[in-house]
Amino acid sequence: MKQLVEIIQNHFPINDIDLRKKSLAFISIHQNQAIPLLEWLKTTHGYTAFVLLTAVDWIEENRFQLTYLISNPENFTELGVRVFIDREKAEMVSAHHLWKSIWVYQRELKEMFGINFPDSPRVNESFILEGWDTIPPYRRDFDTKQYSEETYFPRPGRSTNDPAKHMKSKLYPKD
Amino acid sequence: MFTINNDRSKFPELDDAGNALIDLTSHKYLKLWQGPQHPGVTGNMSLELTVTGDEIVESKTHVGYLHRGFEKLMERRTFIQCFPTCIRLCVAEPDPNEYLLSSCVEELAGIEVPETAQWLRMLALEMARLQVLLRQVPGQAGTFALGLGYQWGNYIRDLILDRFEELTGGRVYHMYILPGGVRGLLPNGFKNRLEENLKLVDEFLPNVWDLIYTNSVFKKRAKGLAVIPKEWIDQYGIYGPAARAAGIMRDVRKTHPYLFYSEIDFEPFTTDESDVFARSLVRWHDLKMTVDIIRQILAKMPEKGDIKAPTPNVMHWKIPKGETYVKCESSRGEYGMYLVTDGSDKPRRVNLKGPSYTHATSVLEKLLVNANIADTAAIMVSLATCPPEIER
Repeated sequence: MKQLVEIIQNHFPINDIDLRKKSLAFISIHQNQAIPLLEWLKTTHGYTAFVLLTAVDWIEENRFQLTYLISNPENFTELGVRVFIDREKAEMVSAHHLWKSIWVYQRELKEMFGINFPDSPRVNESFILEGWDTIPPYRRDFDTKQYSEETYFPRPGRSTNDPAKHMKSKLYPKD
Repeated sequence: MFTINNDRSKFPELDDAGNALIDLTSHKYLKLWQGPQHPGVTGNMSLELTVTGDEIVESKTHVGYLHRGFEKLMERRTFIQCFPTCIRLCVAEPDPNEYLLSSCVEELAGIEVPETAQWLRMLALEMARLQVLLRQVPGQAGTFALGLGYQWGNYIRDLILDRFEELTGGRVYHMYILPGGVRGLLPNGFKNRLEENLKLVDEFLPNVWDLIYTNSVFKKRAKGLAVIPKEWIDQYGIYGPAARAAGIMRDVRKTHPYLFYSEIDFEPFTTDESDVFARSLVRWHDLKMTVDIIRQILAKMPEKGDIKAPTPNVMHWKIPKGETYVKCESSRGEYGMYLVTDGSDKPRRVNLKGPSYTHATSVLEKLLVNANIADTAAIMVSLATCPPEIER
């Protein structure tokens, strides 16, 4: 991996290099250079397999981290390419022209993190949520507990019975 | 014979973005929903099928029927509290989840797992694979209404769950693998009892072969159905038995040996046909191989030894800032976990990557075009789709 990272450094301005293990490394690159780098790795260095795309919300730094994990099926190595994007302008160039399954990840990130990938197929279709009208739920500032309390409780029509009293009233209604 | 072609003369026209323009008022097409509750759907998800006659012209996968936001919930829990949550990411085979989360935590915290614990982890993972395959192999025939084998498999699976109960205290969810090692050694007499169960699987294998793979209806319907071209494997992210049925060796135990798999003698089966029959055949061979691997583990593993490396107080355990990706081979293929930590006692981000994420969405949607409605369940089961892997 060290050798690959050195080759990349000769072609692309990367930083924050983490040689995690023999077959896995992480690098960071500027938003504008990420897709060209992925394309270059795919066409010239055998990173033809796409593993995952996900986001991390660094709310205190006001930015999202996008991690593209790609794999080389010939030498069984994996490379994580990190991209940091502005949280206020959460938008990234789509990579659906590189891998045929990546649009699903992009569609999920749009829904769960509110990160837009313009021109990505079906990116505006609901993926898991329907009729979601508050902030995207996987952002750090989305409070699951508060949302549940406001949305689901108390449910009208529900009441709590003491089991002993309830059974007594059922079994011995005259008492 | 099922083939993928680009002739769309009888299919809906596409707009510039590639979306089908379906005019339901033309009476040419019909929308048919398969799922979310349907015997021909694996778990809770639904397929929005557009059909003309009994042929599918468009398919869209819909998930969201069991979304519990596990990844989000784990961000609010300490690492040890994440275990009861993360194992529920897959009901059928929860053990890879506990292995992956443990491995991620150990890697970022710099913990070395004792040898005996690593062998026990392998045993638990292979037993999990065994109980899944005991249902998956005959389950494929069940999609063509041949349900008998499924009942046989379920009986033996129940005996394997007895062994899990004996080893871990739980039948479905085990939480046996924890950061640093495992929760216990094998109980007295466990190996003999497991061996008795394996003998039943030995008997089951030829019986299920005779029942399914020599059955003319199964052969006629499964052969040539939903062929996955080789070039799709990397393009779509196809893993495990589905990739091996296309002649591509994809088995993490071989390509990235973890635990002590490098000391086990096994060769995953591959074939080239890449249809539903081939994918089922690969799983039959996987089942046979799993029995052999378990026997090798039982023969090679140490009888005694440390089963857990010392860890800090898990209720106040802060993991150094970092990120990693760990993977293993589940019965459905490569199963990975991406963990990001920020130096606190809770994960910053957990992302699970299961093969169903692509198998049930982009791959299934593509494979169902041109297929007959009656083959939908068979194609879906042949990809071993598991909806919780999509809506984590």
